[in-house]
Formats: sequence, structure tokens, C-alpha cells
Amino acid sequence: MAPEPPLLSMSGITKSFPGVRALDGVDLDVQAGEVHCLLGQNGAGKSTLIKVLAGAHQPDTGTISWRGEDVTLRSPIAAMRLGIATIYQELDLVEHLSVAENVHLGHEPTSAGFVVRGRAAKASTAQLLKRLGHPEVDPGRLVGDLSAAQQQIVSMARALSHDVRLIVMDEPSAALDPDEVDNLFRIVADLTAEGVAVVYISHRLEEIRRIGDRVTVLKDGRAVAGGLPAESTPTSEVVALMTGRNVAYVFPERPAGPPAAEPVLSVKGLARQGEFEPLDLEVRPGEIVGLAGLVGSGRSEILETVYGARKPSAGQVLVDGRPLRPGSVRAAVRAGLGLAPEERKAQALLMLESVTRNVSVSAMSRFSRGGWMDQGAELSAARAATRELSLRPDNPSVPVRTLSGGNQQKAVLARWLLRGCRVLLLDEPTRGVDVGARAELYAVIRRLADEGLAVLLVSSEVPEVLGLADRVLVLREGSVVHEAPARELDEHRVLDLVMEGSPAS
Amino acid sequence: MTQHVSPPRDGTGKAAPVDGPPPAWRTLTARADVRTLSLLGVLAVLVLIGGITQPDAFLDTRNLQLVLTQASVIGVVTVGVTFVIMSGGIDLSVGAIVALSSVWATTVATQEYGFLGILFTAVVVGVGCGLVNGVLIAYGAMVPFIATLAMLASARGLALQITDGQTQVVTVSSVLDLGERDSYVLGIPPLVLVFAAVTVIGWLVLNRTTFGRRTVAVGGNPEAARLAGIDVRRQRLYLYLLSGLCCGIAAFLLIVLAGSGQNTNGNLYELDAIAAAIIGGTLLSGGRGTIVGSVLGVLIFTTITNIFALNNLQSDVQQIAKGAIIVAAVLVQRRTASTH
Repeated sequence: MAPEPPLLSMSGITKSFPGVRALDGVDLDVQAGEVHCLLGQNGAGKSTLIKVLAGAHQPDTGTISWRGEDVTLRSPIAAMRLGIATIYQELDLVEHLSVAENVHLGHEPTSAGFVVRGRAAKASTAQLLKRLGHPEVDPGRLVGDLSAAQQQIVSMARALSHDVRLIVMDEPSAALDPDEVDNLFRIVADLTAEGVAVVYISHRLEEIRRIGDRVTVLKDGRAVAGGLPAESTPTSEVVALMTGRNVAYVFPERPAGPPAAEPVLSVKGLARQGEFEPLDLEVRPGEIVGLAGLVGSGRSEILETVYGARKPSAGQVLVDGRPLRPGSVRAAVRAGLGLAPEERKAQALLMLESVTRNVSVSAMSRFSRGGWMDQGAELSAARAATRELSLRPDNPSVPVRTLSGGNQQKAVLARWLLRGCRVLLLDEPTRGVDVGARAELYAVIRRLADEGLAVLLVSSEVPEVLGLADRVLVLREGSVVHEAPARELDEHRVLDLVMEGSPAS
Repeated sequence: MTQHVSPPRDGTGKAAPVDGPPPAWRTLTARADVRTLSLLGVLAVLVLIGGITQPDAFLDTRNLQLVLTQASVIGVVTVGVTFVIMSGGIDLSVGAIVALSSVWATTVATQEYGFLGILFTAVVVGVGCGLVNGVLIAYGAMVPFIATLAMLASARGLALQITDGQTQVVTVSSVLDLGERDSYVLGIPPLVLVFAAVTVIGWLVLNRTTFGRRTVAVGGNPEAARLAGIDVRRQRLYLYLLSGLCCGIAAFLLIVLAGSGQNTNGNLYELDAIAAAIIGGTLLSGGRGTIVGSVLGVLIFTTITNIFALNNLQSDVQQIAKGAIIVAAVLVQRRTASTH
């Protein structure tokens, strides 16, 4: 134990929202210069805790002490003044302002108190970006024109433009390529070498092992373990703490042979200028086809183009041999396609509505006559569909926003189940879904395939594609570089392919 | 090094109803009720104030009939506007459409076709304006604020051109008769019955039809609605048609009420309708709102106007009070709805 007080010490923090106790007496100690990892399933209270730390939420009870003194973090500005910066998962940048303007937002260098010294801002921004390993980003560019990874760097530059002593990073690696993740870790190492503390949130255990010093595990709003050594705590113990049970990362068993049926979905020469090259693929009923590739390889774009949400520049999508009208979601849905998009909250869910209404939204005509809804039939159909996927809680009248990530995904799947869809397009189906719930989701997807659905799956997590899909197409920069049955591939080989693009040997 | 391990709980996720606090859906419905109840409470307080300050004049049957009649015109407009706002749009042109419909339906040429001619013209002109709004917004990708602002200017201009600034007196007796006491049904003016019918139909459409569901979906999350297979553009078109239809009906009610058509009719209706919807709990960003709330908002505003008039307070004071009420209502709602 260090003799001096920890940089930050939170104790007995509680925070309730109507109907939910988000934090229930959480303790957290952070020492200067350490990487303190925060682990927990979705809904465990991580986000609430860091919002309390950022001054965005006020705790109901509990104390926060900073360098040995009790403090109240009345507002994000108060937290910022102490030297606490937060980089949220959903980046809070102003797209229509330049990089330099974003970095200095709220504390622009000025002359005479109000004239913004644009050149000074640009110069200091350029310096920060260089320190962060991204000297190629022009401080004068609009943030909206940058890639996700670059935006994250800008967000980090903004944090560092203040005099920070503690940086909170909420799943910073979620949107990054392996190269970028290495850069991120280098930045974290530099920061801690300077005595800055980092609170690091991630779902990825291997990252925590690589850079973490200590781990605090949250579950159901409580810290079930605080200050575990990051390197030596066995994975099984961490998973057990997070889930309250021992969970293996299990994938369901595949059917014996390839399905014999004719392909229900065929894609022929489909392309979109500047996004992906002409692509051919077929999916048969009962089959799961996976697309593996890095961020920027065109995975999501392909899926959305197949679905008609983007208009192709060439090629065709056929269902049962009949071409779909290009660029029409409605035509795709009518033909039996269903999409579970990557950004569930932004692209799939009606967050103010109940589970029932979210599930029935694509199949309303089934419960209506002359536009008149039969709400009883709707509710019982929604209940049947959500039960079939064991959605929790088992009450389709609850607002969908109260569900965990995995259950929200099940609500999206239930929507297409209810619609009677025949081809399911899954974009990052387990993103934001906690470890414990993943295996269940995998089992659900496989069961749907066994019942005759054709599934096209996209994921940035190679083990997920390899474990779940029957057949895998490996993408690199918008082209398919390899296609093989999943059982003939391993993670190492796929990573080689997506990074090198070397042909099969 | 501190380390404490607490017994694991069941892993059903954060929404699992814990002991003690009620499940979230219950607080949600409770909150909607609280909102309606608080609006009813405000209305009751206003009636009380009216009854105390002007015991004879305010509670007089004729006065109450007048209040409800006045509420009917703006009320019908507000029902249409509520749908538009719930879909994430806005309609600034409703007052101007009411003006244009009312003057077009009362030209000498139209009046020759009698009762049905006037009704038909008012409705068709309203729907026509809504069609222009809807096409520009849904298929021309224009921002609703701008498209309906343009309609506001053009429709007012056209109304002035048609009337040349003159009041067009209605001579069709069957229209005028509707406003007479003889045609009251059980003491209720026909205009109020129309308002009641529009309210009930509006409630049913919003809560019991696919049209209402689509409106809420488009307003709550247009991208999700599109990816769920909803024709978002067509829905938007329909919503502005609906708003135009309501304006046409309101214009007819106004013709009955005033016995004339004027290009200054419906002045600032857009602001009154939007304000009523907002104090009724409609989210300006779309996705949430109720017909009952909007109608209560209209009744509150009309009652205030009446009480002020009875107490000989000038309209400038009324305007200030309205502004204060809007701010207060939004602040109160923010408090009751502060879950995030």
C-alpha cells in the first residue's frame, strides 16, 4: 500500500433511477500512474459510475475524495477543473467544427479575452496529435470528415489539452483496428509514465491483461471485486465474478453437412463505388455465412446494400432467383429479408416504445384489418416471439430501453421472426452484448438457421465468425480475398488474410 | 488491497424487476397519467379562478358554450399539428391554410354551391395545401420548418389576393344556422361536437391504427423505421395531408362561427397549436405525445383567454401569461420525466 492517499477514492457510491438501482455502494480506488480497469456486463453500472466520476451524474450517497480531500463533482466542468477527463464511447465531437476547434472547445486560446487565436490553437492541436501518434490529421479539417479512429484521437487530444491527472476511457478499442489498438496502448503507457491515471473500460479481457494494473469488477451495481491484479487473476475467476456463474465461450454445434436446398439469397456482382468491389455470394436455407474483415473492409456496407438501405452501383440481389429492386428496403423486407443493424439503438429500436411495439413494427399488417390494430393479437404474437428467444424480462410491455444489450438484440431478432423473414442479415450481432449473454445469442442464431433461415453474418470478432458460421468469406479493403468452410480456417489464418490479403495456399 | 466478493445474483440483466421499486413500465404509465392529471388540475384551477373572479359571467352556460366553441377551431388544428410534431416534423402553415381555406370557401362563386360547396372547398383547399407541404418535405427533402414557412407566406398572400382585404360575408343560411342556438344538441354547439369527433377519431387513429404506429415510429427513430420496412416518406406525406385536412375542417368551423371569411383568419394559430401540443406533453423532437394532452392544452389556453377577457385584461397581458404557462409546463414536465 502506498503511504500517500490514492489519487481518487470513491466509496459507498449509490445512484438510483426510477425503477433501477444503478449503483449500490460502489468503492473504487485509483492510484496515480496506474491503469485501473473496470469490468462488468452491460447494465452492471459501469456507465453510471463513470458519469458520476465525470460529474455528469450526482450520486445519491457516498463520498469521493481526490488526493485525500473530499470533493463534490457538481458538474462536468468541476470534474474537468480537478483534472478528470472522460472519453465516452459515443464520441462527443462537433462534426461541423474543425479538429482544432473541437480540441479547444470551451477553452480556446484567445487574445484580449475574446479573439480566438486560430493559429495558436492549430499549432497546439498539431502537437497533441503528434504526441498521440497521428501527425497526419490536419487540425484544420472538419471532424465530420475523419474516420472513427481519427475522431477518437481528436477526442483524446481534447482530453489532453486540459491539465489531466485521470483519464476515463470507455471502451476505447471498440471501433479500432489492431494497429490502432497498439497505438492506443502506447498512448496509455506514455500517459501512465507521466503519472496520469487511466480508468479503462473494456469487454476484452486480453486487452486488460496487456495494459491493466488492477481490475475492479462490477455486477448489478456493486463492486463484486476491487483491485484484483490484472495480469495474474485467472480469466475463469474474472468471468465468474462478472456473470455470477462459470461461462465458457461456447458456440453451438453445426449441422453435419451443408444444406442441400437451393440458395434463397444470391448476390451477383454487387458493388458500390469506393466501398466494395463486385461481390458474389449465396446463402442457403439453414446456412450461416460469415463475412470477416477489419473496420473499413466494407462489411457493414455490403450488408446494408444487400438490404437495400444503400443503392448499389452495380450488380443484383436475388431472393429465390428473383431480383430485388435495388436500393429499396421495402422490396427487401417484402421478399423476406431482415436486418439486425450494427447500431441497435440508432438503427433498429424505438427506444421510447415497449418491446411489443418494437417487435411488431415490421409486421403490423398481420395484426390489422383496414389499418385497425388488433392489440390483443399483437401482444400475444409478440409474447410468443420473445418467449421463443427467451427474452428477459418475460414481459413484452416493458420499454425496450430498459433491456440489456443482449435482450435488445433478441427484440430485434423477434421482430424478424414475427415478420416471417427468411434471410437474416446480422451486423455485429453481439456488439454491446455481455459475455454471459453471447453464448445464448449464438445458440438462438444457430437454432433459427436450423429452422430454415438463411443467415448472413458480419463481425469484427474473428472467433465469432469462425465459431458461428458454416462458411466464411474473408474481406480485405472491399474485396473477398478468401472463401472457405469455417472449420478449415483458424483465427490466425484469417487475421493473416485480412491484413496481408495473401491468397490461399 | 481491498477485495470483497459478494454473492452473485441472478443474471437476468438490469431490467429485472427488483424488490422495492416498481418496474419501469409501471412508472412510465404512471407518468403519463400524472401528466394528464396535472393538466386537468391546471384546468380545474383555472375554472376555479374564473368562477371566483367572475362568478356570474364565467359560469354562465352561454359563456361556457362560447369557450368550447372558440376552443373547437384551434382544437381541430391542434389535433392535426400533434400528429405532425409526433412524427418529428413541424407545420408552421396551419394558420395561413385556415385563412386561405376560409376565404376560398366564401367567395361569391363558391357560395353559389351552398353548404356542401363551402364545406367541400374548405376541406379540399386545406388538403391541397397539405399535399404541397407533404410533397416538398417527403419527396423534395425540404426541412419541414422551411417548407411550411414558405407555405405560410404564400397561403396568406393568396388569401389576401382573393379577398383584396375585404370581409366575405356568408349568405348561405344553412351554414349560418349551424352557429345558432336552435341547432345546439342538448345544449352543445355543433362546432363543439365536430371538435369532439375529431378528438376521438384522432385518439383512435394514433393509438389503435397502423397509421398511428407508423407516425410514432417515424418520429421516434426515422432510421429504424426505414430499416424496419416502413415507407417513411409516404408516411410523412400523409401526415401533412392530415394536418391540411384538419385546417380545412377548422376553416369551415371558423366560417360558421364568424359568418364570414377573412384573410386575417387563423392569425398565429400555428403558435397556439404548437404551444398547446407542447404543454400537452408532445415531444418537439417527435416520438411521444398524446391527443388528450393536446386537447387539454387547447382548453387551458382558451379558458385563460376567456377569463382575461371577462376581467377586462388586455390581450398583451394574455400573451405574457401564455408565454409563462408554456415555460412553466415544460419545466414541470422536465421534472416529472427526468429519468435520464
